[in-house]
Amino acid sequence: MLMFRELEFKMAKSSTSDAQALFRSLRSAYAATPTNLKIIDLYVVYAITTAVIQVVYMGIVGSFPFNSFLAGVLSCLGTAVLAVCLRIQVNKENKEFKDLPPERAFADFVLCNLVLHLVVMNFLG
Amino acid sequence: MGAKAAENGAKSSSSAPSPPPLKAFFRLKTKQQELLIRVASLALIYVLAFAVRLFSVLRYESMIHEFDPYFNYRTTLFLTRNGFYEFWNWFDSESWYPLGRIIGGTLYPGLMVTAALIYRLLRFLTFAVHIREVCVLTAPFFASNTTIVAYFFGKEIWDSGAGLVAAALIAICPGYISRSVAGSYDNEGVAIFALLFTFYLFVKAVNTGSLAWALASAFGYFYMVSAWGGYVFIINLIPLYVLVLLVTGRYSMRLYVAYNCMYILGMLLAMQIRFVGFQHVQSGEHMAAMGVFFLLQVFYFLDWVKYMLNDKQLFQSFLRITLTFAISVGALALGIGTASGYISPWTGRFYSLLDPTYAKDHIPIIASVSEHQPTAWSSFMFDFHILLFLFPAGLYFCFKRLSDATIFIVMYGLTSMYFAGVMVRLILVAAPAVCLISAIAISATVKNLTSLIRTKGKAPLAVSGKGSSSLKASAKRSEAQALRFRSLESAEAQALHFRSLESAEAQALASETSKAHEASADQSLPFQHNCAIALLVGAFYLLSRYAIHCTWVTSEAYSSPSIVLAARGAHGGRVIFDDYREAYYWLRQNTPADAKVMSWWDYGYQITAMGNRTVIVDNNTWNNTHIATVGRAMSSYEPEAYEIMQSLDVDYVLVVFGGLTGYSSDDINKFLWMVRIGGGVFPVIKEPDYLVNGEYRVDKGAAPKMLNCLMYKLAYYRFGEMTTEYGKPTGYDRARGVEIGNKDIKLEYLEEAFTTSNWIIRIYKVKPPKNRW
Repeated sequence: MLMFRELEFKMAKSSTSDAQALFRSLRSAYAATPTNLKIIDLYVVYAITTAVIQVVYMGIVGSFPFNSFLAGVLSCLGTAVLAVCLRIQVNKENKEFKDLPPERAFADFVLCNLVLHLVVMNFLG
Repeated sequence: MGAKAAENGAKSSSSAPSPPPLKAFFRLKTKQQELLIRVASLALIYVLAFAVRLFSVLRYESMIHEFDPYFNYRTTLFLTRNGFYEFWNWFDSESWYPLGRIIGGTLYPGLMVTAALIYRLLRFLTFAVHIREVCVLTAPFFASNTTIVAYFFGKEIWDSGAGLVAAALIAICPGYISRSVAGSYDNEGVAIFALLFTFYLFVKAVNTGSLAWALASAFGYFYMVSAWGGYVFIINLIPLYVLVLLVTGRYSMRLYVAYNCMYILGMLLAMQIRFVGFQHVQSGEHMAAMGVFFLLQVFYFLDWVKYMLNDKQLFQSFLRITLTFAISVGALALGIGTASGYISPWTGRFYSLLDPTYAKDHIPIIASVSEHQPTAWSSFMFDFHILLFLFPAGLYFCFKRLSDATIFIVMYGLTSMYFAGVMVRLILVAAPAVCLISAIAISATVKNLTSLIRTKGKAPLAVSGKGSSSLKASAKRSEAQALRFRSLESAEAQALHFRSLESAEAQALASETSKAHEASADQSLPFQHNCAIALLVGAFYLLSRYAIHCTWVTSEAYSSPSIVLAARGAHGGRVIFDDYREAYYWLRQNTPADAKVMSWWDYGYQITAMGNRTVIVDNNTWNNTHIATVGRAMSSYEPEAYEIMQSLDVDYVLVVFGGLTGYSSDDINKFLWMVRIGGGVFPVIKEPDYLVNGEYRVDKGAAPKMLNCLMYKLAYYRFGEMTTEYGKPTGYDRARGVEIGNKDIKLEYLEEAFTTSNWIIRIYKVKPPKNRW
């Protein structure tokens, strides 16, 4: 979220006030989300940041062995994506998932993460 | 209800003999009867799918067919004897001499591991089977499993009736049978099951939005990647489907969950197969999936922001910024990747699907395989029969009732039909789609017809007058209700609607309009009852013809184990030519263990598997130059060919010749491909040298280079003395229908080692260099 906001600030040269209004409304809307969703969002941000750090590191030292790099990046991306899926399923405002109990959503999340990390461990080499 | 059941229970326990099964059947409730019928049909379809593929086992014996399956059999044998670790790291020095082949890293292990697991399971249950039996029967077993998956898939797309019909159709569809008969131990036998299973799991994931189903579809995709190179179809069709859903506005949260989980986990799992390696992030064929992945992230992020902002104007500016940013980054990344060569372009195998003329000009090896030719209409009719015109009918029904699942099956059907038109081999991939869509057509039609038959079509004459007057009286409301009744096509739906109207006068009106509906229905189509019966009879006739056609096709065309040939003798009796195995066993028993055999690449797998000797080239065709070297040796004069054979350490040369028996898939008919492939790498071999006025001839008028090249000499050595047909001169080639041109052949550097009883395979020994003095 932070990255996008900064870029918006830079690129909206012709409508700075527009961008500021955008900021404020986004911030206020986001403040209204329940805490458990905010925790999931924080987890997603953490995972993406880790992935970005790994890519920068790969840019510095080179990509050998490639399978380890892929394993690392994909584990971060994977767990971020799975967390977003969990957020979608747990969010009370989504009509499609209203009869899915949040415990089941979390259990699915844990199972998928387990498979993801087992495969990543095999792929790390 | 409860009292009645208790009474029944008391009756059955008190009276000693239990009612006969038929009576017990009719005592069940409708739902239980239906379940029983469904389960019984599925069980019969399962057994049918297995049994119809057993023709060649019953006629000949339980053996592996064709060429490619022999390699799979050899690797499975190795796997069961030496364990998975040795198999995964196997370097084979017996093929592609002197290069060798890294088998562990260049095959799709799914089929072998599956067969080995079944073998282990059966052994564990103390059935002492030989691995060859397991290999022979793997494909029919998985075909039976495919019918079950087709049932569930049909149920997911349409309803359980369509599922049953789909299972029945795919059990005997010739397009599928052609590559999954007993003995055809090839990747496709398992891969089609994996393909349909993955698609079913993915559609289920999109329909339910559950992470568990998406995980299951990722595992299905992993199995498909381990089984066949055609997994590229899945990894391109599913992103295309997601794109279509996005564009048509049918996207939902479930789609996001399903695709993302399947893509990330599926990609990671797929990269565990060494042969696939890093292609999912580096190859152009897999970039569509990645592109759609990023597009989905951007799309749903924008959707979320729009939902949070609740203000149109602010969102527009945000949208503008983000879109330009995302598109520019994406295009830049793609451009840099493709230009720098990091993202490899589409490989020839798959590029020739998009541009069918590509292979003919650039890659003769791909063009020479007979399965890669474009499909003729007769092949379509042969392999699909009535499904060919039921396919558009099914498409119509799918469009009438669009949902996420029907959009998927329509896309699968259309794309696979396009590819089936480009390459004969891909009719196999289209077969499940065609069966499913046709099943929808059949099921919907039969359902409509039977519901027409079941409505009480006879309106009593007394009511008809009253019905027409009541129509005029309450015209608008009754018409609206009648229209609604007509669109709900079952009596139960009508009853439900009646129950929902809670006033008595509404009930009276409803009863009047129902009679009016029946009366009006009867008045508008007086013969609809008879028409429906006639159409139903027609439909069942079509289906029975389909069944007869499929059985005939399987029996006549697809059950021959190409390694054993059969023909009709002069008196109508069957003659079996077992020359191939005769030659391979001669090699096995009469040549030194380290002998190297040179032959055209078609026979490589069989020679290594049955003859157990090292070959120069085999069916893997991964090294075009090596094959071109062999092609050059076959097309040169004997001295030059001898030099090439010396450089390759060749001890024996194997040639297939069909002139005595009239067998037309022999090396002389394949010779022009040898010339083309050899000439593709060594410009000294020119195709026009072997042709006369563009015509390929082997008789007196043939080109001199043709009459003296190594292949000609080896094939026709001593053939000039043979009388093949009554009334024809000696040396009459029955496969080409001409008398050969060069009857007096002398070999200088080779000597004949073995010729099989019908002259189909001829083996020559390469003489060591002469002593200098």
